[in-house]
Amino acid sequence: MEKVFKEFEGKIPQTMLEEVKNKIPSKITATKLKEILVQVEREYSEAKVDPGEAVGVVGAESIGEPGTQMTLNTFHFAGVAEMNVTTGLPRIIEILDAKATIKTPSMEIYLNKPFNKGKDIRELAISIKETKLGDVTKEFQINVADYSVEVHMNTEKLKELGLTVGKVSKVMQKSLASVNMKQKDDCFILKTKSKDHSLNDLYKLKEKVKGLFICGIKGIKQVLPIKRDEEYIIVTSGTNLKDVLMREEVNKDLTSSNNLQETYAILGIEAVRQLIINEVNKVIEGQGLNVDIRHIMLVADTICQSGRVKGITRYGIVSEKSSVLARTSFETPIKHIINASILGEDDKLDSVVENVMLNQPVPIGTGMPHLTTRKVKE
Amino acid sequence: MESESQNEESKFIENTEELVYKKVDVITFGILSPKMIKKMASAKVVTPELYDKEGYPVDGGLMDIRMGVIDPGLKCKTCGQKLKECPGHFGYIEMARPVIHINFVQRILQILRGTCHECGRALFPQAKINKLKKELTDMDQTYGLDARRKVSKNIMANIKSVGKCPHCTALQAKITLEKPSTYLEDEKRLSPIEVRTRLEKITDEDCELFGLNPEFIRPEWMVLTVLSIPPVTMRPSITLESGERSEDDLTHKLGDIVRINQRLFENINAGAPEIIIEDLWDLLQYHVTTFFNNDVAQLPPARHRSGQPLKTITERIKSKEGRIRHNLAGKRTNFSARTVISPDPMLKLNEVGIPLSFAMKLSIPERVTEWNMAYLKRYIEKGPGVYPGANYIVRPDGKKKKITSETKEQLLEEIQPGYTVERHLMDGDMALFNRQPSLHRMSMMCHKIRVLPGKTLRLNPSVCHPYNADFDGDEMNLHVPQTEEARAEAEILMLVQTQLISPRYGLSVIGSIQDAISGNYLLTKKLVLGKQEAIDLLYSVGVEDFKKLPNKDKIDGKDVFSMILPNDFNFIGFAKGAKKRPVSFADKIDDDEVVMIKNGKLVSGVIDKANLGEGSGFMLRTLHKQYGPDLTLEILSRIFKLGVLTLFRHGFTTAINDTDLPAEAKQKIQDVIAKADADSTDLIKQNEAGELEAIPGRSIQETLELKILEILNKARNETGNLVLKFADKKSHTSVMAESGARGNIINLAQMAAVVGQQAMRGNRITSGYNDRTLSCFKKGDLSPSSRGFIRHGFKTGMSPSEFFFGAMTGRDSLMDTALRTPRSGYLYRRLANALQDLRVEYDETIRDASGKIVQFKYGEDGIDVSKSENGKVNVRRIIENVMSR
Repeated sequence: MEKVFKEFEGKIPQTMLEEVKNKIPSKITATKLKEILVQVEREYSEAKVDPGEAVGVVGAESIGEPGTQMTLNTFHFAGVAEMNVTTGLPRIIEILDAKATIKTPSMEIYLNKPFNKGKDIRELAISIKETKLGDVTKEFQINVADYSVEVHMNTEKLKELGLTVGKVSKVMQKSLASVNMKQKDDCFILKTKSKDHSLNDLYKLKEKVKGLFICGIKGIKQVLPIKRDEEYIIVTSGTNLKDVLMREEVNKDLTSSNNLQETYAILGIEAVRQLIINEVNKVIEGQGLNVDIRHIMLVADTICQSGRVKGITRYGIVSEKSSVLARTSFETPIKHIINASILGEDDKLDSVVENVMLNQPVPIGTGMPHLTTRKVKE
Repeated sequence: MESESQNEESKFIENTEELVYKKVDVITFGILSPKMIKKMASAKVVTPELYDKEGYPVDGGLMDIRMGVIDPGLKCKTCGQKLKECPGHFGYIEMARPVIHINFVQRILQILRGTCHECGRALFPQAKINKLKKELTDMDQTYGLDARRKVSKNIMANIKSVGKCPHCTALQAKITLEKPSTYLEDEKRLSPIEVRTRLEKITDEDCELFGLNPEFIRPEWMVLTVLSIPPVTMRPSITLESGERSEDDLTHKLGDIVRINQRLFENINAGAPEIIIEDLWDLLQYHVTTFFNNDVAQLPPARHRSGQPLKTITERIKSKEGRIRHNLAGKRTNFSARTVISPDPMLKLNEVGIPLSFAMKLSIPERVTEWNMAYLKRYIEKGPGVYPGANYIVRPDGKKKKITSETKEQLLEEIQPGYTVERHLMDGDMALFNRQPSLHRMSMMCHKIRVLPGKTLRLNPSVCHPYNADFDGDEMNLHVPQTEEARAEAEILMLVQTQLISPRYGLSVIGSIQDAISGNYLLTKKLVLGKQEAIDLLYSVGVEDFKKLPNKDKIDGKDVFSMILPNDFNFIGFAKGAKKRPVSFADKIDDDEVVMIKNGKLVSGVIDKANLGEGSGFMLRTLHKQYGPDLTLEILSRIFKLGVLTLFRHGFTTAINDTDLPAEAKQKIQDVIAKADADSTDLIKQNEAGELEAIPGRSIQETLELKILEILNKARNETGNLVLKFADKKSHTSVMAESGARGNIINLAQMAAVVGQQAMRGNRITSGYNDRTLSCFKKGDLSPSSRGFIRHGFKTGMSPSEFFFGAMTGRDSLMDTALRTPRSGYLYRRLANALQDLRVEYDETIRDASGKIVQFKYGEDGIDVSKSENGKVNVRRIIENVMSR
């Protein structure tokens, strides 16, 4: 049986071979199997793309057309226990622009055994979340008489996070060098070192102390442990791929961030390509639309082709085109004409729009083959 | 900018008429040198006057007839041709003082900063110059011009202010730009003359460092000493009704330039004080700047006397209405038509009905040969007024002659092989049919013409879906291809049946709609017809062979449907809403959820939207795979007719009493709503008492909202289920919902029972007055009815506040659509622009226009979606086929 499969390796894509393997009845003769594989190969070769096919245009149409049917509403509630995520058209635009700051950054953190079965999931989640001093205090008091700020700690919350007042104090000492600090039980008294006492400074100090980073991972604003397919994962709002991946409990193979630029910086271009495919697919499926993955792949590959993430904007892919007229026909035509004229650029007229402009056949599909008829000399 | 075309070796087609085709191979961009400007000019402009007293263009004026003619009757002095023949010729002005070209201001600044004002060398040590130059040539050779461009961009960005010139040790001052076009060196003004002399000093070799190609551009050309004047044909004047001439904006601007230029000349020659000359010079700079670009940030735009800004060169080129996107990338055609569309289910799917008046205006050119001469002469005889006739004949030399009753006789005599006859459109001719917005390739398909009475374009309602058309006043366009190549391509690549499978998802985009679905649903679900009735129905659908029909008195609807299917068709699918389960042909099915077609006979299952609808189900896809596009189209059109004609005989309507519910149901619905009310009141009370616990990651307020929303949605769903349970299943409204023809069960429930919660952005309605939605509620009221829950049905009617909530969400969704359309349109444009030149090469790779590989194999396996079955090769079907053999 294996021998028969071996014979067709390379003729039929691996995924398709796997599908045949899974779907054939357990008792099957080698001749029947061969017959099946021959027919699969035939149908596969019939279904292949023809050379010259304008796959780019078809891909653009296939993503652009359902775009008109998507909702503009940014937020949706899939259920009670879900994070808010940008969906619909705004998210697609965000992905294809390869924006560096996205509206709702979010991560899906997968965990190693035994944490993925729910062990200490809550504690783990909380330990990942960024905690600021303001989150673990009862109240801030500004003492106008002494010109000092009193910070009253919330011991219950500290306990929940596995912290002590002493630890907090250490953190504070480190990052508040310009402040005199005294500790009285669960209360810190802070005084500015500067001589001139101004209330304004005190307020500033209070705000600064409030936003002091205590523990967790910077940038992770919210955490939500959820169960997905028999496995516990942590969904976050706010991302910090680098620091999260440093944690031992985290499954480094599956964990992902939805920020393209961050993923590029940390995991590289192939990861970005996969991320684009996954994210676009998620949105399209979420809208109940049907778009073949090949179109999304093509867009993702175009974005990542140069090895860097290039958005589909006038600064990204379009600026990379070799043809002056093609760039000109998109946006900011004058800029492109001027720059081309300074360089003395050539437009070789090998893409589509230039030839449309000049009323010549387009080098795609039926415009590709050339026939030359020579006059017979008599 | 200069464009230059090199002509490829011409190709010969026939030896009788040696047609020479020239193809533009390369366009080179560059800057015109003063020498070039003079060389290509045919006139020097010296006076701002346009016409003399007789209205004849002045020699040396802006409308000089050496630069082309725009008046009928005049002949161009340069080429001797008349209006419409003469393409126009450039002229030039000698500038009294040099002027900076506004579009090169930044470049000049960079170059000034990067070079020594004494020796003109680049401000890099010689070693670095050599290194950079090597890098440039290396990049050019290995990666091409693009890479080179990037490197020089980098060099430009890294020019740092250097104190001393490394070549001649002259001290360097700081050069700044005072926008828009004045250069300052240590607060002292640099005149364009000085700028130009500095640029002249730069060596050719150093130019390359700054990204200039000295073959095409010398930096000093960016400062204008002569100005090229565009041909008259580019800026024609219009003669108003009063006989007055109104000049083009460009002519106005050029007039200003020439006038100031002449005054500057005179003043310089007269030895006027420097201040006056400087003022005039600045004015000249302003006019030349606005001639190129009338939208410079720091300058007031030049205006007409009416106050509206002049449209100068930049404005002509850029933006959607500019030359490039409007005229060059967008083409206009003749032989096209447009009107309102209307449905005609008796047309074939690949036909389009056109009014007779259209058929007599649009035409198809047919070349006269020995063999069709008699045939074409018949059309000429009938002339343009009688259908089917002809409008024109075209002589071999291209001369077009109109056929009239007077010329008819003579033309009949004259005609011989080699002539072309433009005959009226007839049934069976090919035409492209299109509806905007053309979002995908199915928005423009080829149809066969059917000439019909009436005044609208007609199409089969089945093809509405790919065009996204309806008949509420939509208009569509029709184009008639005029050459054999165009017709062949249209027929082979664009005919409706070739477009059946969507390249977006690999399923049929064309299916049955509306009545055709309800009709087939009723037929296959429950109808039993008498033999006569069945035969009559099938015959009107187009079936003529009745061998397959069971020889019984009463014939089941399923058997009637089976008559349309091919005899060897096997298929397993599922009805709408059915749970999928593994089924094989051997199984015996006794419910209607599984659609099983065995040897062309519908064994079980109802045929509904899941199998007939566009973009859903594999039945149509499998038919297409097995029998090819033509037969599928035929079957599709028969299925459609069968559905419609079944309803024709059976009767079908929708009535208000379809939504009547028994008293029991009404009571139950009331109970459900009352319970939801009570539950949410409980929650609100809990919240007030502070007992509510927040969901992780949410505030307590949000938690409350979410929980209430959940309760209300549940209540709406429950009422929906109640309606489903109690509604009359036989009512036509239910049939439509169940078959998927139109509407769904929620619509029915909204009519019969409860409209439900109105949501804006996924939340209940909160906005309006302070702390309340409408002034008739208490402040802080969180109850369902004050936050957009509509407890009445559409039939009973809503209360005023409920109606208002409905209007709010209605408006919101209207806005959503209005805002979405331009956004998605722009996304589409960007995508299309970025991807348009990707194509499959002969080696299966996907490459862009410059030959860079984007994918090694399309979609990793090279499968064309429009040839696949929902993106895959259907392995299961193949296995089943082989195993059952």
